[in-house]
Amino acid sequence: MAIVTCSDKACTINPLKMSQPIGGSFAFLGLRGAMPLLHGPQGCTSFGLTLFVRHFKEAVPLQTTAMSEVSTVLGGYENVEQAILNIYKRVKPEIIGINSTGVTETKGDDVEAFIRLIRQNHPHLKKFPLVYVSTPDFKDAFQDGWEKTVARMVEVLVDSVDAAAPRDSLRVNVLPGCHLTPGDLDELRTIFEDFGIRPSFLPDISGSLDGHIPDEFTQTTIGGIGVDEIATMGQAAWTIAIGAQMRRAAEAMQARTGVPFRLFERLCGLVPNDEFITFLSDISGKSVPKRYRRQRGQLADAMLDTHFHIAGRKLAIGAEPDLLFDISSVLYEMGAQVTAAVTTTASPVLERVKAKEVVIGDLGDLEDLAKARQCDLLISHSHGRQAAARLDIPFYRAGFPIFDRLGAGHRMSVGYRGTRELIFDLANLIIADREDNRQPTPATWRTVGAGLHVVPPQLN
Amino acid sequence: MSSLSATIQDVFNAAGCPKNANKSEAERKKGCTKQLQPGGAAGGCSFDGAKIALQPFTDVAHLVHGPIACEGNSWDNRGSASSGPDLWRTSFTTDMNEIDVVFGGEKRLYKAIKEIIERYDPPAIFVYQTCVPAMIGDDINAVCKIAAAKFGKPVIPVNSPGFVGSKNLGNKLAGEALLEYVIGTQEPDYITPYDINLIGEYNLSGELWQIKPLLDEIGIRILSCISGDGKYHEAACSHRARAAMMVCSRAMINVATRMKERYGIPFFEGSFYGIQDTSEALRKIARMLIERGAPRHLMECTEAVVAREEAKAWAAIERFRPRFAGKKVLLVTGGVKSWSVVAALQEAGLEIVGTSVKKSTSDDKQRIQQLMGHDAHMIEDLTPREMYKMLREAKADIMLSGGKSQFVALKAAVPWLDINQERCHAYMGYVGIVKLMEEIDKALYNPMWDQLRMPAPWDVTEVTRHAKALGPMEVPVAGGRPNSVGAEKAARAKRTHSCSTVDFSIINDRIPAHGSNAPDAMAHDTEASAACMRRTEENTPAQPTSALQAAE
Repeated sequence: MAIVTCSDKACTINPLKMSQPIGGSFAFLGLRGAMPLLHGPQGCTSFGLTLFVRHFKEAVPLQTTAMSEVSTVLGGYENVEQAILNIYKRVKPEIIGINSTGVTETKGDDVEAFIRLIRQNHPHLKKFPLVYVSTPDFKDAFQDGWEKTVARMVEVLVDSVDAAAPRDSLRVNVLPGCHLTPGDLDELRTIFEDFGIRPSFLPDISGSLDGHIPDEFTQTTIGGIGVDEIATMGQAAWTIAIGAQMRRAAEAMQARTGVPFRLFERLCGLVPNDEFITFLSDISGKSVPKRYRRQRGQLADAMLDTHFHIAGRKLAIGAEPDLLFDISSVLYEMGAQVTAAVTTTASPVLERVKAKEVVIGDLGDLEDLAKARQCDLLISHSHGRQAAARLDIPFYRAGFPIFDRLGAGHRMSVGYRGTRELIFDLANLIIADREDNRQPTPATWRTVGAGLHVVPPQLN
Repeated sequence: MSSLSATIQDVFNAAGCPKNANKSEAERKKGCTKQLQPGGAAGGCSFDGAKIALQPFTDVAHLVHGPIACEGNSWDNRGSASSGPDLWRTSFTTDMNEIDVVFGGEKRLYKAIKEIIERYDPPAIFVYQTCVPAMIGDDINAVCKIAAAKFGKPVIPVNSPGFVGSKNLGNKLAGEALLEYVIGTQEPDYITPYDINLIGEYNLSGELWQIKPLLDEIGIRILSCISGDGKYHEAACSHRARAAMMVCSRAMINVATRMKERYGIPFFEGSFYGIQDTSEALRKIARMLIERGAPRHLMECTEAVVAREEAKAWAAIERFRPRFAGKKVLLVTGGVKSWSVVAALQEAGLEIVGTSVKKSTSDDKQRIQQLMGHDAHMIEDLTPREMYKMLREAKADIMLSGGKSQFVALKAAVPWLDINQERCHAYMGYVGIVKLMEEIDKALYNPMWDQLRMPAPWDVTEVTRHAKALGPMEVPVAGGRPNSVGAEKAARAKRTHSCSTVDFSIINDRIPAHGSNAPDAMAHDTEASAACMRRTEENTPAQPTSALQAAE
């Protein structure tokens, strides 16, 4: 069991964390015809926009209420009203999702009240879907913004259902965490459909951020789940939540519609996928299709092939809680040691990370720990590349943002197939690094501490 | 805050600012803080602008005082290059939390400064103010003053919270910080009559290094570049330069004008984009230095270098001329790039169909007029939709712009090239312009475009079959009776607007079976969503034309 500690520095060095409001906007990007709106000065939006564009290499709709110094002091009602009216008129969205920022939270804008007033003053907006989530920048992190926003979507957009009403036995709601990629969602959809189950993903970034050329031009999101489909989610037989962060939304769904849920904290690795596939087989009443029996065998074989390279590695991982739990668990199960683990925000899964200690901190902390404990593989989002270069150890990119490599949206780590891809990628990275940088020379035999040295196994 | 608003007023009253010179007295008082439109704004804030302008100083620590959003979402997103120190690439922020917001963040800021000095010992720290600490009244000037006294090191407050205005204003506020706390505070080891300052050059992708060898060869020393590949000491000594060039940007005009007032350093505005502009800039630098006492042979050296480099560049560009003949460019960028790049493109024989002048001054616009004659297609503000339409209708063969609008071009299957700060190539000087032409050539003639513009084969057959069968007839709306078998088949196979699982045949069959004709009832019967049904109804009459267009 890991001890969770908090870094006590006044100065954050090389942040791992990103802000909560853009985590919220990210969730809104998974709805069809959506325009996420940040209530704050325009820089808050601009930075988030740049970040999403660099990661997904896609046009990203994101708007701002453009708070100025004066409107910040006087309150932002007019800015919110104008922003909604402008967006409604100009881009004709199906939904506008609003997240607050540090500035408007410090001022104390009551946006829920603003929305009521706006609906009152503009009758044509009476029924228009507007979802507001409070997400101050000075609290929590990216993952929390996603978590709160999805839970709020459930509360506002899902029609409540009589618990006794008949349900569609082959329909499930899927609530994916923000650590899943569009590629992951596509893979999950295929798995569900192979069991004859119709999934509704909330949110569904696989339709909106999967990098495709659309037939027509729109300034809102393209693809994603529609408001109409969300409304009917109460008719599903099950809710499947992926990642501990989604418990809150799953509970909200159950409270509102009575749909029971099952939480899968991770879908990377052999055992979690066994559980997942068994569950799907149970709820669909279908035996496990041949394809998955084959894929399970392939994953098992991949684990045999890669364990030579992954086992014994001392990992330094910096990631948001669910992704940290996900990746560190599977690599621990492959024989690696999670030697330095840094995350952004508190979460119940952190205690179960297979490490002695998890630090809530920054990439500076990760670099210091990795150096002190002689880690030989660093995993984080792209910002970790400088630390890995300084430490001279191989670097695996995982999470958000990945801005210096292509195809971030299509990377996959769920299912037997996704797990297989992940461990192959990692093992190949290690092999390439050894070939390029760690070939033994006659001298390495004489140098103490370099070349071949035996590390006693570390028990967690 | 009062001192900040006074600074902003000062910035707007800068003598050299052409924007202000064109305004009436009353308008000038209002300043340039044009109200941004909620729900229709894009672009960075003042903090963004200040950080862009100063971050290229490579040996100082840049500490952002604010919640995680300001630095956590934005760090490491610009490619300024450094010839030595790399502390600027390390990100520092106070990451204010709820407690700091309630009780004030000054103590945390002071501790953060202390931690940085203890661990990194940089020659100076720049402290950036952001919205939230500005709101709660954190006095960063006072904290910096105390820290500077305590640690015996320059700690410079950069007062530019995001909500005071645009990115451009932030550039200027960064300039104010330099003027107030940095420039003139140290002395150079030695001075020469050949010392110049470059102001507003950020060394993105190492562009400065395409110019520096030329200056070195002529014998001109860059005493300080503000701020590309800059060092704190150089900036602090920059008041000893003999002349200055404001590189291609009005971002820091206040620095140039104020240094002229205070230290008598003459400056001119020039550009290193394009062959002629580069030559012109080099000559002007030499001329200014001679006027201030440098030996006359400096001009001969300059002319010799210019002649040699020009000849090489022209020869290199020549091979692109036949390939670029008749090719049209859409330029979507701001400010001076709207003209400095125009000149460069025209040199290679490209035709410019439009250039955006949203952020340009009247001076900039005049230059465009000069360069492009009466055909100047100056576009005030281009919405993405209009941009997409222009490209889709093949009004341009290639678009040059910043990264944020790239997908408008790429999704219209039109070549695109990044000429803003996130670009990977350096386009400055004689070498850079040839590189730009190479990149344009690569983009225009990539064989990929032909494949990409072809519709999927099954789409073609379906659409032609559909179009042939229908002829001039209307598409049968759900429930209607098509006249021919082919038309019926095509119409039945057609998917409804956004439900990939429901096609017209399902709808057609369910209506007589259930007798339902309201969208909601139909949605229930066909398992499509009601909104899709409504969309289908709205869109149906328009479909033949769009289908035909797609086939073309």
